[in-house]
Amino acid sequence: MTRVGALIVFVAALAALAGPLLVGVDPAAQDLAQRLDGPSWAHWFGLDELGRDIFSRVLAGARISLIVGVVVVSVSSAAGTLVGSVAGYFGGHVDEAISRIIDILLAFPGLLLAIAVVAVLGPSLTNVVFALSLIGWVGYARLVRGQVLRAREFEFVQAARALGATTPRILIRHVIPTALPAVMVQATLGLGGAILSEASLSFLGLGVQPPTPSWGTMLNAGRTHLLDAPHLTIFPGLAIAVLVLGFNFLGDGLRDALDPATRRQAT
Amino acid sequence: MLRFFARRVGLTIPVLLGVATLVFSLIHLIPGDPAQAMLGESASPQDVAELRSRLGLDRPLLDQYISFLGGAVRGDLGRSLRTNEDVAGAVLARLPATAELAFAAMLTAVGFAVPLGIAAAVWRGTAIDYVATTISLLGVSIPNFWLGPLLAIVFSIQLGWLPVSGRGTWANLVLPAVSLGASLAAILARMTRATLLEELREPYVAAARARGASRARAVLRHAFRNSLIPVVTIVALQFGAVLTGTVITETIFAWPGIGRLLIQSIGFRDYPLVQGCILFIAMTYVAVNLIADLLYGFVDPRIRYD
Repeated sequence: MTRVGALIVFVAALAALAGPLLVGVDPAAQDLAQRLDGPSWAHWFGLDELGRDIFSRVLAGARISLIVGVVVVSVSSAAGTLVGSVAGYFGGHVDEAISRIIDILLAFPGLLLAIAVVAVLGPSLTNVVFALSLIGWVGYARLVRGQVLRAREFEFVQAARALGATTPRILIRHVIPTALPAVMVQATLGLGGAILSEASLSFLGLGVQPPTPSWGTMLNAGRTHLLDAPHLTIFPGLAIAVLVLGFNFLGDGLRDALDPATRRQAT
Repeated sequence: MLRFFARRVGLTIPVLLGVATLVFSLIHLIPGDPAQAMLGESASPQDVAELRSRLGLDRPLLDQYISFLGGAVRGDLGRSLRTNEDVAGAVLARLPATAELAFAAMLTAVGFAVPLGIAAAVWRGTAIDYVATTISLLGVSIPNFWLGPLLAIVFSIQLGWLPVSGRGTWANLVLPAVSLGASLAAILARMTRATLLEELREPYVAAARARGASRARAVLRHAFRNSLIPVVTIVALQFGAVLTGTVITETIFAWPGIGRLLIQSIGFRDYPLVQGCILFIAMTYVAVNLIADLLYGFVDPRIRYD
């Protein structure tokens, strides 16, 4: 399953990087005379309501989805790791204050807060990335805090402290690396989550705006043509499901490889 | 027991205050003048000034904050900019529709996932297990805003069995509930399988079998009962995802609930109504988590002493 996941992610990354160039069809080119035409040899996934080639738009949409996923997960995991390690390492009032902020943010269902933030800031790709990162770091912070609380009692950490290593050095060289495997697993699974969230926001009209091709926006446009052109809905949705499935396979595989306890539980 | 309840309720108060503070600050995140943003660029300065005063935006921030909190406690969340309707009243009027959808989705998920998870654990490594695992992986990966339209294409458009949108009869509820409950079902099925497998390895299950209990009895009366706590935990934790999911599902199926009201209010830049919907959904989520925590304390005494 891990290999299948890796293959799916690899193909999606390739499509995002070179897809529109390889296909040779401009995702924005319109052919109004053939609008809503179904899949054919010339247009594998058919044409949309403006006569644009859905296959090339799905490939171009992969770029948006992966960019959002990678940026959101990078920002969230870096911020969450930093905040979580500070909370776990220093403990006391610092930990108390950070933990309360985490509790408050976790009191919001994740996507709801993103909807709220995008609603006030306005729909755009940048605001989607900002909103998803704003909620994304919380999960990493909680995870890393737990790992660091354990790691700070390790003998090698205490030895580094006794040898006079500075706090940033202890955190960066000794404490944070112990949390990295767990962060890596969460980040891989989080990529799928971020892609789904971006697509959800775009579907609701709060994310990427037309004419930029995004899978969520394409699905939203397909809603009005469910009856006469279901292919507008089928292909972008399939792309989301397959890519998210790929990240889930990959994340599950990584977790099994890095944490034998969960492997025992799952089998 | 009472001390555990009091402590858990006490811990919720700062969270509620934080949630209210975040919702209050939303309106102040609007770039530029919030009143201008709500009315649009073409609004006259008099209209903007009037709205600013109506929303209290011309008062000191602390004043605004205190009056927002006071209003929230009294259930006064202001009035809709578009319809002048009382915000709390508008949200509460849509509550039955959202509650109906959320509960139907959770019931569908539990009704489908628990038997599937049990079957996958009992017949581990067989075709049943592989099918169940594949279904649950697909369920986690398929977005509900795709599943919903797909179900509508098949069951409403092709087969004509179920209505495509609206609320009224049980038939209207089927597609939204299935589309909303699918991902919860997938997570629950995986969780049920994993926890039941753990329990099936315990000696008390073998002891029950040795005493002459049938396999079904050993699984359902002994192992499954003990695997229920993590399963119930997941149901409670996933309630937030279900609540957020209602926003999308209600939009797809034109279901007249709070989620659809939220998206419509965003479209009209009716920020008091946006704040009201978000505050209500977040508070409900906090309350459900609190109730779930209190129930665990009741069910499992070890939790009370942690």
